[in-house]
Amino acid sequence: MSGVFVVLEDRDGRMGRTSWEAVAAAVALARQTGTMANAIVLGAQTGQLASEASKRVSGKIVRVEHPLLSRYTADGFSLALEQFIRAESPGYLVFPHTYQVRDYVPALAARFARVLIGDVIGIEDGPVFTRQLMQGRLSGSYRPAGAGPCFVSVQSGAFRAEATESSSAEISTFGPTIEPSQIRAKPGEPFRESAQTVDLGSAQMIVAVGRGIKEAENLPMIQDLASALGAEIAASRPICDNGWLPIERQVGSSGQTVAPKLYLAVGISGAIQHLVGMKGSQCIVAINKDPEAPIFEVADYGIVGDLFEVVPALTEAVKSTRH
Amino acid sequence: MKIIVAVKQVPERDAPVRIASSRQWIEESDLQFAMNESDAYALEEALQLKEKVGGEVVVISAGPERVATTIREALAKGADRAIHVECDDIGKRDALGVARLLAEAIRPENPDLVLTGLQSDDLGYGQTGVVMAELLSLPHASLILHVEKTDVGISVKRELEEGWFQKIELPTPAVLMIQSGGTRLRYATLMGIKRAKTKELRKVNAADLGIESAPVAVLENISLPHKQRSTQILQGTAKEAAATLVEKLKFEVRVI
Repeated sequence: MSGVFVVLEDRDGRMGRTSWEAVAAAVALARQTGTMANAIVLGAQTGQLASEASKRVSGKIVRVEHPLLSRYTADGFSLALEQFIRAESPGYLVFPHTYQVRDYVPALAARFARVLIGDVIGIEDGPVFTRQLMQGRLSGSYRPAGAGPCFVSVQSGAFRAEATESSSAEISTFGPTIEPSQIRAKPGEPFRESAQTVDLGSAQMIVAVGRGIKEAENLPMIQDLASALGAEIAASRPICDNGWLPIERQVGSSGQTVAPKLYLAVGISGAIQHLVGMKGSQCIVAINKDPEAPIFEVADYGIVGDLFEVVPALTEAVKSTRH
Repeated sequence: MKIIVAVKQVPERDAPVRIASSRQWIEESDLQFAMNESDAYALEEALQLKEKVGGEVVVISAGPERVATTIREALAKGADRAIHVECDDIGKRDALGVARLLAEAIRPENPDLVLTGLQSDDLGYGQTGVVMAELLSLPHASLILHVEKTDVGISVKRELEEGWFQKIELPTPAVLMIQSGGTRLRYATLMGIKRAKTKELRKVNAADLGIESAPVAVLENISLPHKQRSTQILQGTAKEAAATLVEKLKFEVRVI
């Protein structure tokens, strides 16, 4: 068992930022073992992705190619990588912690009697992997035990994608054997529920609201603050699930990723799924009654208090300073 | 349709958690427990499916004695019967260890569908369902918001990232990981609570299932998270704190 391989993810023919972050994690891991990080691209036609990868990865690039990998299926991807792993015996497989990875890598790992050490935010000597517990309130250190490859996925934003220029990467192709009958699911085309009319990604200021608001009837208070600031309004998942705000205003892993100059989080505890969508913001302000809420881990300024008192006071203060 | 729903009991949302002296788990005394949120949605989806197409809903949960209260809650909401896999070291097992327990307890039931939540709110491994599918050699799909029966199996609505969705057709039996928020959760009625007391709750001992419990990913140490930014907490009354914040936003952050 040797070698670190990062499995890159195809996002409409290109690599996403999270794949490059996974490369950074793989490089950190490879450094511990004194090797170079290698990369795997997976699909029906991977030439373009492989050449993109060769600019960032200094080790080998493997194109795992098969016509049945043209669309993602858990069965197809698991089979292809299972065969590659049995042939090459890599020591570590590193993935970006995406919805796709969460859907198939645990099954792949189980074929080797392993688990996915998922949503990792840090890699220490050993290696020991850090991941969050209790919705981000605690951290846990995990050490892989026993024989077999180690499967790791890294949280979006936890590792910095570095633009390294490399042109020496050797590119090879691995052809797995997959029968159509082995793919049991029939995936449909991706669709959206409604047209996207709000681009939170370009907003300079965002006021985001979470469970703490309690009732839909209390939302106008948040809207008043947003309009006083000239900010866009956004929400954590439960607010959109309840239908209080449209899904296009949802920030987090299932919604949009934003990085405004100001992100004002009101009544949001800061579950991991929300934080990954906003922690790149330049300035984060949190208003929450619970001083131990994980949102304060990423906040620059915090007000611990009742949002029903703080928000109206803040709206008034903003209005008077603007006059 | 015979549907099995695997649920987990977890510390209640926003419950204050303290690290145990072993530094390998949390202090459980004085802690309130509840049904894991996405598992509650898995149960709801199962009950709605049963109401539409008929059949049986069986709830299963692995854990110590306290788990029985969460099982009773599921029965009160409408599950027909339950299996409690008694296991005192559930927190020490990794996702593979827990999935093996559940898969072995589920196997003799031969269900048409196995549902579970996407991720637990405590350890958050988010893979028990996917691994169970692999162990049972069944097809699976995760991040599912809605399930419909078709002539040949099921059609599910799967959440993708950034506001996208897709439909997937799967043959049954299959295993699905349900995402929170796809539907409204029901409350247990008084009648439901009464009826739950008479429903079958079968106990299976983890040791009898003959499962290896040693983890392949060992949780060695639990600690408080490193702060990612230094937070300045603004003190005073609501009005004072608001005024200070406006000053900061104006002169330091320079956004207003």
